[in-house]
Amino acid sequence: MVTTIPDVLRPMEMVPPKEMGQDAARGRVAQAYSNPYLAGIGLGLVLLAAFVIMGRGLGASGAFSATVAWVLNAIAPAYVAGNEFLEPYIGDGATHPLKAWLVFEVLGVFAGALISGLLAGRVKVMVEKGPRVSPSVRLALAFCGGMLMAIGAHLARGCTSGQALTGGALLNAGSWAFMMCVFGGAYAVAYFFRKEWI
Amino acid sequence: MNAPFFKFGLFGEEASLLVAVLIGIGFGFFLERAGFGSARKLVAQFYLTDLAVFKVMFTAIVTAMLGVTLLGSMGVLDLSQVYLVPTYWTPQILGGLVLGAGFVIGGYCPGTSIAAVATGRIDGMIYVLGIGAGTLTFAGLFPWLKGLYLAGGAGALTLPQLLHLPYGVVVFGVVVMAIAGFYGASLIEARFGAKDGGRTE
Repeated sequence: MVTTIPDVLRPMEMVPPKEMGQDAARGRVAQAYSNPYLAGIGLGLVLLAAFVIMGRGLGASGAFSATVAWVLNAIAPAYVAGNEFLEPYIGDGATHPLKAWLVFEVLGVFAGALISGLLAGRVKVMVEKGPRVSPSVRLALAFCGGMLMAIGAHLARGCTSGQALTGGALLNAGSWAFMMCVFGGAYAVAYFFRKEWI
Repeated sequence: MNAPFFKFGLFGEEASLLVAVLIGIGFGFFLERAGFGSARKLVAQFYLTDLAVFKVMFTAIVTAMLGVTLLGSMGVLDLSQVYLVPTYWTPQILGGLVLGAGFVIGGYCPGTSIAAVATGRIDGMIYVLGIGAGTLTFAGLFPWLKGLYLAGGAGALTLPQLLHLPYGVVVFGVVVMAIAGFYGASLIEARFGAKDGGRTE
């Protein structure tokens, strides 16, 4: 026995077509995604549940801020204490910085996505990229994009979840301006990064 | 029955963290169902081959908006107790533009990157490290960015207040816009759409 790596742990490129056929025979081929309108209704009902139960919407970027504040506080507490952006995530130290609503919500997001991915056979260790770009270039761009995303989200006080989705449903004026600009910014640069994707 | 339950003291802080996990599971589940753990599926929105991002986002917004409006008018949900992120025009417009660029370059947004990591995407893991680096950068630059961060402050502001229109009229307008958008999306996909129906594999 040479190949002991489970299919799930191998990049898609590594699975020969013959084995993919076997996967299909075993019913393990990745299922197609849900109808976008059905998925959207599901997402909308989850958001509505957050409003009704908690009085707040969904989010993601805040959990990253809390995590960064926590890690940095362990290394350089004086820096965090003197930083107006990070300091509120630590507070008076009475509660653990990771004992925050958004951090627990994001742990749930991980679990929920994993459950859905496993049920549909869509969990695959792979690099998402277009055919004309190398994995290393794609990974470098992923890092840069993540940086830009974080800077944009912190400036705007929220990301696609906390601002666009949550604020959109609550008819929050700033969120709608933000959302238009997200689409505007994305379409403005899409042409220049087409080789990364198409 | 008074909602939001948490704001009316139906349960405490500890229980709210359990609620957070459960709501997160629902959020992550539907993100992955929609295909949003895949950067190619997400970014296809900006190359007009698959407009799932627009469809899912606006269906979710309309669903939650109609739910909030309905429960609010029935007196079940006290909308004044639902947190509104305050509007700061300048950083939210600028932040949106920067975030949009980061979306295309990185392939994800923060929420969808978690779904990507959960389903094994290596680029999603690197993207998450990028978010960490970006957060450090933002924190480091905050003394200089603070003026921008606080520019154009308008407090908690809704579109009905801004436009001086009744809440129901704006809700109706958003529904009409969404339906027109869905129809437009179907035309665009018929013109530019991928033949494989947006499958990743």
